[in-house]
Amino acid sequence: MSRRTLHTLSVLVENRAGVLARVAGLFARRGYNIESLAVAPTDDDRFSRITVVVDVELTPIEQMVKQLNKLVNVVKITELEPRASIERELCMVTLSVDRDRRNEVLELAQIFEARILAVAHTAMTVSLEGEPDKIDDFEELVRPFGIIELQRTGRIALAKLERSPARSRSTNKAKAS
Amino acid sequence: MKLDGGQALIKSLEAEGVDVVFGLPGGAILPVYDPLLDSPIRHILVRHEQGAGHMAEGYAQVTGRPGVAMVTSGPGGTNIVTPLLDAYMDSVPMVCITGQVARPSIGTDAFQEADITGITQAITKHNFLVQSAQDIPMAIREAFHIATTGRPGPVLVDVPKDLVDANNPASAMEWYWPTDADVAAELPGYKPTTKGHPLKIREAAELILAAERPVIYAGGGILKAHAAAELRTLAELCDIHVVTTLTARGAFPDSHPLALGMPGMHGTYAAVMSMQKSDLLITLGSRFDDRVTGKVAGFAPGAKVIHVDVDPAELGKVRQPDVPIVGDCRQVIAELTHVIRELGDQGTTAPDRSPWKSTISGWQERYPIAYEPHVAGDALKPQAVVESLHAAAPDGTILVSGVGQHQMWCSQYWGFEEPYTWVNSGGAGTMGFAIPAAVGAKVGRPDRTVWAVDGDGCFQMTAQELVTASTEHIPIKVAILNNGYLGMVRQWQEMFYDERYSEVYLSLDVPDYVKWAEAMGCVALRVESPEEIAPAIDKANEIDDRPVVVEFRTDDREKVFPMVPGGKANDEIVVPPFQRSEEAR
Repeated sequence: MSRRTLHTLSVLVENRAGVLARVAGLFARRGYNIESLAVAPTDDDRFSRITVVVDVELTPIEQMVKQLNKLVNVVKITELEPRASIERELCMVTLSVDRDRRNEVLELAQIFEARILAVAHTAMTVSLEGEPDKIDDFEELVRPFGIIELQRTGRIALAKLERSPARSRSTNKAKAS
Repeated sequence: MKLDGGQALIKSLEAEGVDVVFGLPGGAILPVYDPLLDSPIRHILVRHEQGAGHMAEGYAQVTGRPGVAMVTSGPGGTNIVTPLLDAYMDSVPMVCITGQVARPSIGTDAFQEADITGITQAITKHNFLVQSAQDIPMAIREAFHIATTGRPGPVLVDVPKDLVDANNPASAMEWYWPTDADVAAELPGYKPTTKGHPLKIREAAELILAAERPVIYAGGGILKAHAAAELRTLAELCDIHVVTTLTARGAFPDSHPLALGMPGMHGTYAAVMSMQKSDLLITLGSRFDDRVTGKVAGFAPGAKVIHVDVDPAELGKVRQPDVPIVGDCRQVIAELTHVIRELGDQGTTAPDRSPWKSTISGWQERYPIAYEPHVAGDALKPQAVVESLHAAAPDGTILVSGVGQHQMWCSQYWGFEEPYTWVNSGGAGTMGFAIPAAVGAKVGRPDRTVWAVDGDGCFQMTAQELVTASTEHIPIKVAILNNGYLGMVRQWQEMFYDERYSEVYLSLDVPDYVKWAEAMGCVALRVESPEEIAPAIDKANEIDDRPVVVEFRTDDREKVFPMVPGGKANDEIVVPPFQRSEEAR
């Protein structure tokens, strides 16, 4: 399998009906898969922030950013470089766990700082917040118990408060020359 | 002032200065057609909604003002999808209003319901589903603003019936007309850049002055920006040759000594080769379309690129520019000319370009656009028909074409002298474009003669709009180049599929174009021999009270040359056979 090139775009959009479909459509009609997607209003409820992770080569992502910028409802786009941003994701998982193996799950939860949300006779629901890699690891480790249901939110991201100079690339429509 | 949404919609169109709407009513848009009766706006009743869309395009292309089409929901909307694509590809300013089923019915598969904003999302610059009657003036104002600024394009406004139906309380609204500031506040993400970056403009000026083999690659953006005068000033100041793409024909006079004509797949040899061998492409409002570049990897390999475009996404989309400039072509070219003058005043001189100029004139002399003379007994040469039409055309005649061989012959043999006298479907390549677009052009410029040159295949797609032309008294002229074939497809099958002609023969005699045209209220003529060409054209030019259709029986073996075969680099340009033998000698 070829190495994947994931890009995280933080897209500030008008908080209106249909805007998400326009953004998602731009990727879909070029055959690019959206790896994850998170949308919610910002502190200013006229705007929403879409955090979208896509798997594309480098050249198309520049073109994609320009095409996204052409959408009338898109206000600003920032590509967040992994090393220059803080990414978080939330995962909830319900595991098939009998009483005699509960301690193993508790141990893993403790290591990962996960929280136990619910316990039943033969199942447990655990939540974990963290970097996407950490959640991948956790998912692998709990898989042998038997995953009944698993839900991840998709990542959200913010630029790091830099000690070194910022490396995030920001394109603002007003000065995108 | 209390209005209902339907009245507000018509009043908004009036406030935008709309003088004509092309459309066809139906259930969901019905309430808007009632206040239209009391409006000074002229309505042209089309016979198919596709016609309304292409008419709006034709109108926009010759006037520079946005064309307006209005149709009903469901199939009304889907019938206008093709014109929206066409306008999107060629950046034609157009506003399309579609009726929609009443809001409570949306999503219920109601009668004549279609998700037209969803369907047209990818082929409009923007679209709106209006949510309340109070929003109608703002939606219309925004639609016109978006359609006409930055890179122009089609905008669709979908209006649910309950918001315009006077009998429905949801249609009540208080009239207002938004200010520029109101519109800007509603569109926080829409800020087209018009002024080029001064440093980039200086870099471009320096490159131009240093180039030994520069060519100006002028595209449709020149016409959209009304920059033809600025283009000419720049070309003459720097003494640099100009190619004009299919959508830019007329932006630079073909009779000018610096004119090279059209580049690309069926461009002139000199236009194609000058770009190939150039060391600097001064790209103004062009987009490196595949029909211009041929195989991109082999396109103009030695050229640096200055790329000026109002749409930032065009820069680097196909070819990475050395100097990218986002901005309005007119402003940027004027600024560029100014800086070049300054640099000239400071003593900067261009290198000796006489070798380059003589190379170009060598190409022009050796490979002019040409065809073999007519042989007695053969069908007409289509190129000769286009030449005769041009020779007899009154000054300022607007030429409209469909898509295919006849379109290429029009571009090659007409000789355009003036901007906005050429209307065609470039990017989308929409067969059937010519008749309705010509109607729209004539409505926009009633003072001009409008000739549509159409193929027999194209004509059969939209001919019914001649009924519209007759009944609405829009006296366009139509020349059908009837070779009985889908000619361009036939040409490809002859050249690239071993003459295996698959599904391209239409028939020379069915339909009978003369009878058909007469049935649609037109004067109709048929021309079969060369000596009939000029008299028939003269007769057509004299008729000004109804549409005229002249059917020319043309030679089906005739092909468009030069030709860069699909997927090949432009170096592999194929000239017509008689020029090839000359080369061998």
